[in-house]
Amino acid sequence: MIHQAALTDLIIKMGDDELVQGHRNSEWTGLGPVMEEDIAFSSMAQDKIGHAWALYRILHEELGGKDPDRFAFMRAEKEFKCSHLTEMPNGEYDFSLMRHFLFDHAETVRYESLQESSYEPFRQVSKKLKGELKYHTLHANAWIIQLSNASEESYARMQTALNDTIALAAGVFEPSQEYEAILMEEKVYPGEKELYQRWLDRIYPVLVRSALNMPALDTIQPVLGGRQGFHTPHLAPLLKEMGEVFNLDTEASW
Amino acid sequence: MPATTSLEAVYKSLEHVMDPEIPVLSVMDLGMITGVEMTSDDEVHIKMIPTFAACPAVSFIQQGIKTTVEKELGISVTVEVDKNTHWQSNRMTDTAREKLKNFGIAPPQLLQGEVRAEIMLNTPCPHCGSEHTYLRSPFGSTLCRAIHYCKSCGQVFEQFKPLE
Repeated sequence: MIHQAALTDLIIKMGDDELVQGHRNSEWTGLGPVMEEDIAFSSMAQDKIGHAWALYRILHEELGGKDPDRFAFMRAEKEFKCSHLTEMPNGEYDFSLMRHFLFDHAETVRYESLQESSYEPFRQVSKKLKGELKYHTLHANAWIIQLSNASEESYARMQTALNDTIALAAGVFEPSQEYEAILMEEKVYPGEKELYQRWLDRIYPVLVRSALNMPALDTIQPVLGGRQGFHTPHLAPLLKEMGEVFNLDTEASW
Repeated sequence: MPATTSLEAVYKSLEHVMDPEIPVLSVMDLGMITGVEMTSDDEVHIKMIPTFAACPAVSFIQQGIKTTVEKELGISVTVEVDKNTHWQSNRMTDTAREKLKNFGIAPPQLLQGEVRAEIMLNTPCPHCGSEHTYLRSPFGSTLCRAIHYCKSCGQVFEQFKPLE
């Protein structure tokens, strides 16, 4: 049997990234710069939260975890394992789009790799999720390329957004000190280092078409800590808002 | 009512369970049913799958299946979400594609392998049939739809997205 604690740790990281990024996406509802974009971020929010739910359900059904809703809305901040990238406030549209681009490609290579996982629930869930993600990366690529080729100002803003976001995005691939070797050995997934390489291979061609310059990777310091429960000051208010209705009456039936 | 309900009768009844977001399509048209099994003379177990993982209508559809089949056939119905099969747009029947088009929504392209960005180009307009169209957004009013624009008839139209 595959190491249960190692699996649980990996699923929580993935699910929390989905949930928190999903919540950030939902913050564009009603505020998007044009109607189609408002709809796009709202739809991606719904997808992501659905993906979080599917992952939490694996915890619940296969690994003795809590009910997915309670797990999502009633945990303390330090028990969350999302990356700092997903916690950051939306800021302006350039940052939101760049994060969306970097994050969705990171998720894509992860779910693609899980097609080969030794853990059956991963093989099942990743098939569906990677298909849905196609539309997220399609959307992200289109905007990165268009805005980078549109005007001097939009190009400069996309380049700045990339420079500001790359270290946060690299932090998505923070390995677990305790479980990484086990997960790789048991062939649950290929490991963070390999996923990082695959991610770079995926984003490079889009950056080239956008004429954006990738910051020198050996000079960036990936932003770590999220996977260990250390978070930015932005997460606590997000969790409070996200769980506000649920926590009014945790026994209510929906 | 016959003593034993036939599988055929159950499938027939399922044709009356409509999708809440696209009311011209039944759960059969959409290919959402993955298994029907008579567990006794008056009990049936039905397995279904949602189109998208976050489909908000899943429990509504499950309830619709139960209520409709129980009412029409007078048998007891249990409905389960099937985790071993995942929905692909190729599961949609030809009749469903035709009904969608007549409803004003472009049907998904038949997929050979994976979804690629190019497949979303030149989607035929459900109103005038022109392929002089472009993708405006891969997201629409529900998770399963994309928005296109037809340059021939000047109308915005929705498409049921291909899903691999």
